[in-house]
Amino acid sequence: METILQRNTCTVTIGPQHPLVIIGERINPTGRKKLACALEKGELDLVRDEAVKQVAAGAHVLDVNVGVSGIDEPGLLRDAVKVVCAAVAVPLCIDSALPSALAAGLSVYEGKALVNSVNGEERKLKEVLPIVKHYGAAVVGLTMDDDGIPRDAGRRLAIAEKIVNAAQKEGIPIEDVIIDPLAMAVSTDSMAAVETLKAISRVREKLGVNQTLGASNISFGLPERHAVNALFTALAVANGVTCPILDPTVWDIRRAALLTDLLLGKDEWCMNFISVYREKFPLD
Amino acid sequence: MNLDALTEAVVKGKRKDAVELTQQAIRDGHDPEKIINTYLIPGLNRVGERFQKREIFVPEMMISAKTMQACVELLKPLIAKDTAPALGVIVIGTVFGDLHDIGKNLVKLLLESSGFKVVDLGENVPSQKFVEAARLHDASVVGLSSLLTTGDPYVEETVKAIKASDVGAKVRIICGGAALTPKFVEGQCGADAYAKDAADGVNKIKKLLEIAV
Repeated sequence: METILQRNTCTVTIGPQHPLVIIGERINPTGRKKLACALEKGELDLVRDEAVKQVAAGAHVLDVNVGVSGIDEPGLLRDAVKVVCAAVAVPLCIDSALPSALAAGLSVYEGKALVNSVNGEERKLKEVLPIVKHYGAAVVGLTMDDDGIPRDAGRRLAIAEKIVNAAQKEGIPIEDVIIDPLAMAVSTDSMAAVETLKAISRVREKLGVNQTLGASNISFGLPERHAVNALFTALAVANGVTCPILDPTVWDIRRAALLTDLLLGKDEWCMNFISVYREKFPLD
Repeated sequence: MNLDALTEAVVKGKRKDAVELTQQAIRDGHDPEKIINTYLIPGLNRVGERFQKREIFVPEMMISAKTMQACVELLKPLIAKDTAPALGVIVIGTVFGDLHDIGKNLVKLLLESSGFKVVDLGENVPSQKFVEAARLHDASVVGLSSLLTTGDPYVEETVKAIKASDVGAKVRIICGGAALTPKFVEGQCGADAYAKDAADGVNKIKKLLEIAV
């Protein structure tokens, strides 16, 4: 199954037969004090810098989230989308917990965006899916609902099915639903990663849809977070994730993405990896 | 018998050792309350300090807190109800619209092991439920957790609902979570404190209640 995202002349195809699509995670103030402060003041220079930096580091799609306390999120998200679109060519993943902010961001986007996100909550599905449909976008579906995030892979699959069904009822084709089976901190539950991997592989078997994953959650509270994230990303991709959300500006992470493609036969003659390596470590 | 080894076992998260030492201490006739206050709590305090200095990581803090809990479980039945050293009742929950629970559960675990009674309202908690629980359980502090920015209006609504209620004058309010800032929590919402992580939350609650850390 292929999900196609597009903006002007730039098209990105997500699918199991294609190389990994990296969704850059850095335009998000959660846990980033400097960006949060800038956004509180309505300053978007840092957003532009982060966009340029991530695309240079190999991001194929950029997530844009500007959620901080006490601001006009719809207005700021709209402005941020404009700033990012002016700075880089790639498609965007418009990310907010507020439906009105999603609509504001989509209203200034030309092409087919990804919307982050809906989940299995009735209210969320009812509010967000019509917006996704109206703007002809694709949508990320998180496998959680009114009762929280189920620990068990089977229940996460059931929520994924519910989301796909609700989207199809709204007229959104199944290939435009990208499931996020949710990585939870392994520091507070030793089996958390296993359960997520199980969910990924069951969603792949049963639904065959594309899957994303905010992998960084997995390493919360641990040392060597980048190494944990990098290895987990590789495991997740081997089980069915096709467009992880990650930070490509961290070499450990980008290298893991490149090598995962290479080892899974999606980098002919290893040339993509080698050319990135050359660029990073020039012979001078 | 010197019980410093018990403190050390809590710090290192050696549950089996800690339980054995506690049983030994009980057999030797040590005062159960004194075991908790003099040996267990200082151990967990040290764990909190080390976590804040990033000398240890979340799993280590969890193991220490669980170790402490196992010891307290042994001691609790030996302490007469009316003299039980409950430091106060803390009502906690994740605000309406938000289902994240890791941070809240960490705070709960640390508070319980530090000697507080915790009433956990779970996630997605409407403001009135916080007010009712604070009244029902005669809470000293209400703790709000919020990770999503959509939680902002509910944090504000909940803080204001508690402050405006009949228990408002007596209950202190502390908030924490990834979406929140001290400016928003203490400034705009009017809460009594902001906590940047679980260990900070326990410290700030002790400060609010004027309990020596």
